[in-house]
Amino acid sequence: MSKFRTKKGKGSPAINTSSLPDIIFMLLFFFMVTTVMREVTLKVKLKLPTATEVQKLDKKSLVSYIYIGPPTNALMYGTESRIQLNDQFARVNDVPEFIASEREARNEADRPFLTTSLKVHNDTKMGVVTDVKQELRKAGAFRINYSTLKGVAKN
Amino acid sequence: MARRASTEINAGSMADIAFLLLIFFLVTTTMDVDTGIVRRLPPPVEEEIDQKIKERNVMNVLVNKNDRLLVNGKPGSVSTLKEVAKNFMMPHFPDNINFPEAEQKSIELIGDVYVSKGVISLKNDRGTSYDMYINVQNELARAFNELRDELSRNKFGMKFSQLTDENKIKAINEAVPVRISEAEPESIGGN
Repeated sequence: MSKFRTKKGKGSPAINTSSLPDIIFMLLFFFMVTTVMREVTLKVKLKLPTATEVQKLDKKSLVSYIYIGPPTNALMYGTESRIQLNDQFARVNDVPEFIASEREARNEADRPFLTTSLKVHNDTKMGVVTDVKQELRKAGAFRINYSTLKGVAKN
Repeated sequence: MARRASTEINAGSMADIAFLLLIFFLVTTTMDVDTGIVRRLPPPVEEEIDQKIKERNVMNVLVNKNDRLLVNGKPGSVSTLKEVAKNFMMPHFPDNINFPEAEQKSIELIGDVYVSKGVISLKNDRGTSYDMYINVQNELARAFNELRDELSRNKFGMKFSQLTDENKIKAINEAVPVRISEAEPESIGGN
């Protein structure tokens, strides 16, 4: 029985946890810096296709997004693919205006490098995509990016 | 003067507060990098200019509304498209009537190479699914990338994607230009 007593008597010193908040803060700052809050709420379903020959889009601030897909609220808006610009549904004719406002928001020096990323749902028909591309051509936004996931393309 | 013993602020809950914030940012963080296939759209044409391109220099790829492929007038499939495109775009010398013309160019850092004059013309219907379109674009991109890799390995000893020297990338770009032409849209196959 004395065995227990001796152990208790020595007692290992408690681990010093005073630096724990610092460690946590460090992690916190890391995530704060890397966080990009999604600035739009998606109103369309997006299931991106996969491809193998993908490139990374490096400068995120120079990318404007156009979402095309079937509306999430199918009861209200149907299942036909719609275009979403910023936070609302739009028609094809609204694309040039959107591009103009995106250009306006950027530095003058950066404007030529503005890329338009097309985030299009898998099952969308090309008709609407072609229309958007035509509008982009007319608006002078020639750099485009078909947003795809990296992965094995299915044949 | 009443000296109050300065009581230490209890910092024990500091970690909890930090944890709470940390978890919030952990949840909201999206670390996804945007990836995709980058393409350049052609500027709009003012009037129909019938650009004459020799027939042997063009490879026609049509995708109809049922996602079927027509490659140079014959039914094709996505699985073989890359090989066909690669074969087509490979500069052939001496001149072969079945393949596009090749012209000799001297490019800095590479030297004299034959550059194919071939163009891949891609045309899709309004009813084509986006999935299929991306598949086709991907296969064509793969063909070009493989050609570039081969040339890059030959000349610089590494893959094209691993090149870091701006001038080398430019040289390869010039030797193997990505020539995918998308036809003006029109509705084929009755949507």
